[in-house]
Amino acid sequence: MINYIIRRLLYAIPILIGVNLLTFLLFFVVNTPDDMARLHLGMKRVTPEAIEKWKADHGYDKPIAFNPAAGGMKTLTETVFYEKSLRLFLFDFGRADDGRNIGADIRQRMGPSLAIAIPGLIVGLLVNITVAMLIAFFRASYIDTWGVIVAVAMMSISSLFYIIGGQFIFSKTLRLVPISGYDTGLDAVKFLILPVIVGLVSGVGSGTRWYRTIFLEEIGKDYVRTARAKGLSELSVLFSHVLRNALVPILTGVVVVLPLLFMGSLITESFFSIPGLGSYTIDAINSQDFGIVRAMVFLGSVLYIIGLILTDISYTWVDPRVRL
Amino acid sequence: MFFSFKAVILWTDSLIYLLLAALIFFAFYVIRREHLRAPWRQIRRRPLAMSALVVLCFYGVIGLSDSVHFRKALPATEGDQVVQYSPEVLSLLDVLLDSLRSHTERTYSEPLATHAFTKEMIEGDDGRQQRAFPRLRYGGAHLDSPETEKTADLLSSLIRGALNGLLLAALLCGLFLVFISRFHRKSFATTMRAVLQGEAETAWRAVFLTIGFFMILGGIATSLSGDYHLFGTDKVGQDVLYLSLKGIRTGLVIGTLTTLVMLPFAVFLGIAAGYFRGWVDDLIQYLYTTLSSVPGVLLIASAVLILQVYMDKNAEDFSSITERADTRLLFLCIILGMTGWIGLCRLLRGETFKIREMEYVQAARALGVSPMKIIFRHILPNVMHIVLIAVVLDFSGLVLAEAVLSYVGVGVDPAMISWGNMINSARLELAREPVVWWSLVSAFIFMFGLVLSANVFSDGVRDAFDPRLR
Repeated sequence: MINYIIRRLLYAIPILIGVNLLTFLLFFVVNTPDDMARLHLGMKRVTPEAIEKWKADHGYDKPIAFNPAAGGMKTLTETVFYEKSLRLFLFDFGRADDGRNIGADIRQRMGPSLAIAIPGLIVGLLVNITVAMLIAFFRASYIDTWGVIVAVAMMSISSLFYIIGGQFIFSKTLRLVPISGYDTGLDAVKFLILPVIVGLVSGVGSGTRWYRTIFLEEIGKDYVRTARAKGLSELSVLFSHVLRNALVPILTGVVVVLPLLFMGSLITESFFSIPGLGSYTIDAINSQDFGIVRAMVFLGSVLYIIGLILTDISYTWVDPRVRL
Repeated sequence: MFFSFKAVILWTDSLIYLLLAALIFFAFYVIRREHLRAPWRQIRRRPLAMSALVVLCFYGVIGLSDSVHFRKALPATEGDQVVQYSPEVLSLLDVLLDSLRSHTERTYSEPLATHAFTKEMIEGDDGRQQRAFPRLRYGGAHLDSPETEKTADLLSSLIRGALNGLLLAALLCGLFLVFISRFHRKSFATTMRAVLQGEAETAWRAVFLTIGFFMILGGIATSLSGDYHLFGTDKVGQDVLYLSLKGIRTGLVIGTLTTLVMLPFAVFLGIAAGYFRGWVDDLIQYLYTTLSSVPGVLLIASAVLILQVYMDKNAEDFSSITERADTRLLFLCIILGMTGWIGLCRLLRGETFKIREMEYVQAARALGVSPMKIIFRHILPNVMHIVLIAVVLDFSGLVLAEAVLSYVGVGVDPAMISWGNMINSARLELAREPVVWWSLVSAFIFMFGLVLSANVFSDGVRDAFDPRLR
């Protein structure tokens, strides 16, 4: 087991190097720092001095990958590649265009992101499983047919409409909760209710349909027939046999997204003005702050790889047949 | 010559034509092979899937007519020998909807309104200045006193439109019926009875009902939008119905061209990884794990940001706004495809693993058939159903993704008409008092129709093609 985890962690290194090279290529080779400077200073009539000054201010004034002038080890270290890309491995994200420390910002904004993502995940999981269980209980009846139709219709609506509609109905018309914003401590709850509900509603269609398929697949298996032959009631068959076995694919599907919860949701956070990592990213995209986008790309891939490893481990945990 | 024009073939246009040709080729290929026709026959029997297909066809026709671009010739001036072409790139749809396109108001107006949405200073009949709602330039302009005449006019126009639509639908369905009865060599009456009772081989009843429903809706829309703005107008006074119709092409392009871009990668890399195994497999796995570990939205965002920088730098390469927007749309498809091929590639790799151990593949290998031939002859045809299911399933997700990406600011060009851009600009209108809701509702209806029918159709395709579900 330990050996396996170590092997997986080692396998993650070339992938992270690949991600790093990819972002480096995208951000520094396809477009040189000169282009970035020009973009920020406005396209027309930018003096070369202004560009040089912008690059010096933001630390882009070194050669891109190879600096023969510095000599010795510094040939490699006094470069944009070393300072901007390789430092990411140490989780040193550098500074944003406005001079703020990206690492500190990320740590500070992780809390609000999790405050909305974790309740959303738990509530969503509970509701999806319950509804899917109900539909599976009434399988091959009108409830099943209509349940699937409603689920398909609900998943055909863009999540933007759910958010806009939710804000319009619950905040603007009924005035039950504030439209957007965030607060520290327990006061945050009233700001979080609506985003969590909207997230739940927008995900319930696809979630229910998916879980229903999983349940129906389990219901068709032999052990269910055995359980029924023993004379168990349909409810206890569903809850003590089917649900437990169906939880294997459901939970492993959840584990892979667990680390990514830190990243927050771009759309929800920006609509509800929650100062999490999602809105941080979206602001960075809109203000074209490449430093932050680069940091988030790297952070996202690290979290994704952790998710993959956790998934593999959780397989052995929930399914004793899998041995590593 | 009615009017002279110069054809403009945008990048996405040519790819759409290519896709259309591929579809037609695929259809002919399937028709000649009995074992390929069987699953399609199953789809043909399902009323829901067939209705969805009809809706998709309606969207497709509108999208295609919006993909024929040209530039009109400017009226010749004296002594000017060379014909000058207008810089504005129009499509066939623009010409068909010319009245909608050119009837622009000053600013917002409600659906079917005759008066503007906001009060303005206008001069009354007696010459005094007063604040009132001015009449619209086009909406209900034919009425003398809208207060009394409007309801009757709307009703009569509605009935006229519905009747026209019904007539057209009846004509169309009648023609269809004639063809069907000829094809099956049965009398017209027998065919009609079979269709009406839902006993026909194909779910024609559902098809005809859907055609009828949409023809009536279309008839009403055409008749009402002749004199009014059916869905109102937006901030700059453009007809919202026109914008929604133009958004169809953008949605379709994103949904279809993306898969066209990603298919070669997914199919060849997936099969190669599964068939050759060893270092080829390792390399391909490494490639897709790396790509998929970058969060999709962020990869797209970075790529689009970089495209923006590139386009600003080489602004002179793009002769018109349309071309610029088109390049960005194509690039968006490519980058969406780059992140989208991974799932399919993984599926194909797994399936090829299984197929390469089958007896017929081993026999082929033992007989000395070259790997390329084995892949094309024996493996590719046996994984095609997975490819088809994936393509159809991905479509609706991509249409939805366009809206989200446009909201994030890394979607299609802001100058391009798309549902995402409509939602994005309508978002702030809800905060106004009174609320401007119609652009949002209109984009919602059109998008929901497309995505829902795509979802329903893809369910049918999956049920028919997935061997596990049988």
